[in-house]
Amino acid sequence: MFISLLAVIALGCIAWLGAASGFQYLIGVVLPYAAVLVFIGGFVWRIVDWAKSPVPFRIPTTAGQQKSLDWIKPARLDSPFTTAGTVGRMLLEVLLFRSLFRNTSVEIQKGPRVVYYSAKWLWLFALLFHYCFLLIFIRHFRFFLEPVPFALTAIEFVDGIMQIGVPRMFMSDVLVVAALGFLLARRLFSEKIRYISLANDYFPLFLLLGLVGSGIWMRYFAKVDIAAVKVLTMGLVTMNPVLPEGIGAAFFIHIFLLSCLLAYFPFSKLMHMGGVFLSPTRNLPNNTRAVRHVNPWNPPKKYRTYAEYEDEFRELMEEAGLPVDKTSEEAAAAE
Amino acid sequence: MSKLPTPDKLIATIPAFPMEGWMDTKPDFKPGTWCYPAKVENMRALGMPNPHEWSADQEDWNLPENWEEIIYEGLKERLAKHRSLKVFMDICVRCGACADKCHFFIGTGDPKNMPVLRAELLRSVYRRDFTTAGKLLGKLAGARKLDKDVIKEWFYYFYQCTECRRCSLFCPYGIDTAEITAIARELLHELGLGIHWIMEPVFNCNRTGNHLGIQPHAFKEIVEFLCEDIETVTGIKINPPFNEKGHEIVFITPSGDVFADPGIYTFMGYLMLFHEIGLDYTLSTYASEGGNFGSFTTFDMAKKLNAKMYAEAERLGSKWILGGECGHMWRVVHQYMDTFNGPTPPKMETPKSPITGTVFKNAASTKMVHIAEFTADLIKHNKLRLDPSRNDHLTVTFHDSCNPARGMGLLEEPRYVLRNVCNNYVDMPENTIREQTFCCGGGSGLNTDEIMEIRMRGGLPRGNALRYVQQKHGVNTMACICAIDRATLPPLANYWAPGVTVYGTHELVANALVMRGEQKRTMDLRQEELPGMEDE
Repeated sequence: MFISLLAVIALGCIAWLGAASGFQYLIGVVLPYAAVLVFIGGFVWRIVDWAKSPVPFRIPTTAGQQKSLDWIKPARLDSPFTTAGTVGRMLLEVLLFRSLFRNTSVEIQKGPRVVYYSAKWLWLFALLFHYCFLLIFIRHFRFFLEPVPFALTAIEFVDGIMQIGVPRMFMSDVLVVAALGFLLARRLFSEKIRYISLANDYFPLFLLLGLVGSGIWMRYFAKVDIAAVKVLTMGLVTMNPVLPEGIGAAFFIHIFLLSCLLAYFPFSKLMHMGGVFLSPTRNLPNNTRAVRHVNPWNPPKKYRTYAEYEDEFRELMEEAGLPVDKTSEEAAAAE
Repeated sequence: MSKLPTPDKLIATIPAFPMEGWMDTKPDFKPGTWCYPAKVENMRALGMPNPHEWSADQEDWNLPENWEEIIYEGLKERLAKHRSLKVFMDICVRCGACADKCHFFIGTGDPKNMPVLRAELLRSVYRRDFTTAGKLLGKLAGARKLDKDVIKEWFYYFYQCTECRRCSLFCPYGIDTAEITAIARELLHELGLGIHWIMEPVFNCNRTGNHLGIQPHAFKEIVEFLCEDIETVTGIKINPPFNEKGHEIVFITPSGDVFADPGIYTFMGYLMLFHEIGLDYTLSTYASEGGNFGSFTTFDMAKKLNAKMYAEAERLGSKWILGGECGHMWRVVHQYMDTFNGPTPPKMETPKSPITGTVFKNAASTKMVHIAEFTADLIKHNKLRLDPSRNDHLTVTFHDSCNPARGMGLLEEPRYVLRNVCNNYVDMPENTIREQTFCCGGGSGLNTDEIMEIRMRGGLPRGNALRYVQQKHGVNTMACICAIDRATLPPLANYWAPGVTVYGTHELVANALVMRGEQKRTMDLRQEELPGMEDE
């Protein structure tokens, strides 16, 4: 945990020192380009690498009634029989975290009684984090588009509708910090989660907190020269990079941490973003008895045949009056 | 066998979380926690790699000399063959949603029984050998060196997983520990490490057609003996066909139903049902096993044992296969059989009930129907005369087996059947049934007596749910659709909910079944007096 925290602090310091000692072009232009390339290349490579391994068996985890008899209502989404149902199941999973919504917690009470509680906090905060992050991601397109489309302004208006402070506080900023805080707190304070957590579980959390924190810092407190930032970002997207003077250090910390996140992403557990689409227990229909699934490496059949079986037990079978394919006489004659 | 603690003591001894990290703790192979090793001659006869003498409680497991290379190559091969494994190794975020979903974790409190850590046991080795971060950063990136203690740990914990998939239901990415356990067990088998309780049935099944090693003449004798019992109860003599060609249907059920109490009553139930509806079927001694303990060793072994079903249907000229009550058998039949050993023999046809005309389109390719589907259809079409009052002394609940629940989705069919043959039916609490069902504690080949304490610990959630409905609703009967359940649930009920008896679903069907020409029923299939129906 501490190592991850120190690593993120170190990254922040590097960016700050770099920005102060003349490496602004490197941090503001070169690294972002490099990070985007690594991100895209790495992401594609990971997906291709997974996809290279075949899916030998159709093994959906069925979470509801199968389709069998006409008068029994099947669970079309939780145990989908059709492609449409499977797409629906995946959409529920990816957009609404369906499986996490089922979460319960268990407790052994006196009696003994094993009691199950609904436990939807993880679902709630996970969903909150992902949607806030998406919203913030979308909001940032203001820096890459000129003129700024109406839809973006509308999103900003809604996000800032509480009208607190100047510049207006975005609810998504507050919520994303709260959500990250929750995800971090359960890693620290839940005995079970603390026990399973690795440095590579804390690192992305701290990195995201650093990224979000530096963003908030420069928007609400440091109040960096936003016009200059936009000159830089427009330069980046138009492949015509320029480095305007007078952007505050907070921005360089922010963009450096973003570059780190992008470059780290494909090689980390954050790839669950792509991997969830490839999970064979979710993305396949529950119709294996109706439609044959082909295994590309299906080995040849090797089994003990009936003939071998009868050869061993023929006499016993005949004595017991069981039918045989070859009588003892026929078998003897054949030898 | 070690002595079993009392239920209260068992719960009181669930330990707190250890202080040291999981990479620094080692399993304690005390009696009652590990399964006996497979016999060398069985491993050899089945062509398993590196058969050798070893035992889990000894220091040296006599691993083959190049054991590290075997694991490395074995893992590499499987990563290339199974996208599931590769994706599941990479995308876990350790959110912990799975942690308290495992019956073994709930009952043992051992953190490595949390599905996430069970997977990390393999993942940590994968990281070191197959990821750059793991190679560079080592422990910091959750990677660790493969050593002999890791192998021991794998053996300990991958044989404390019943491949029930409950964790997979709750995982936001569908990470399936059953898949990881299956592949870890494959790797252990590469080193010649298998367990007796699985390998002996596999050896038997290959040779005699069934797990119990019943030879053909004995199989026939046992079934005929059961038919005598049916005659005692009903006055009706049944002569089931064996290995006969030209019947429409081959019926295949786990051999435990033929051999072991209370499965035999379920088997009698099947025979009575088939007799009553005049089903054109045959039994087979060659394919006399529905279950597939091969599926607890390697995918190839599962395929090898399963191949007999289609081979026998083809030899006998049958159109389709009807399958009895079994859990993992139906995981294999539903999700693997057609892929393993299909396409089906050319003369097989899409199953159609000869009694109701219902076409089982859901089994159009595999051509195998679950008996709960078949019987539910019969009842829906009023093809059975039933007297559920014969089961009135029973208050019944239903245990969903893991595999039909989460690897098939067979949830309503058995309930429909039970509600029609019993007047008093009540479900256990919703977090413990249907797709959220809890394991009996002995699935995936762990129904062996030397690990009884582990089984009872794993059986805590199921047993406690049973206890709950026993106290609240007076439940005295737990019905199931699985032969392993019929073996594992009686001791579990005895331990956690004494006074509850375990029945196969078709035993209850047969008790209620009014047969043409039967004598007045005064006894159930167990030849116990039916209350209120005694002779006057």
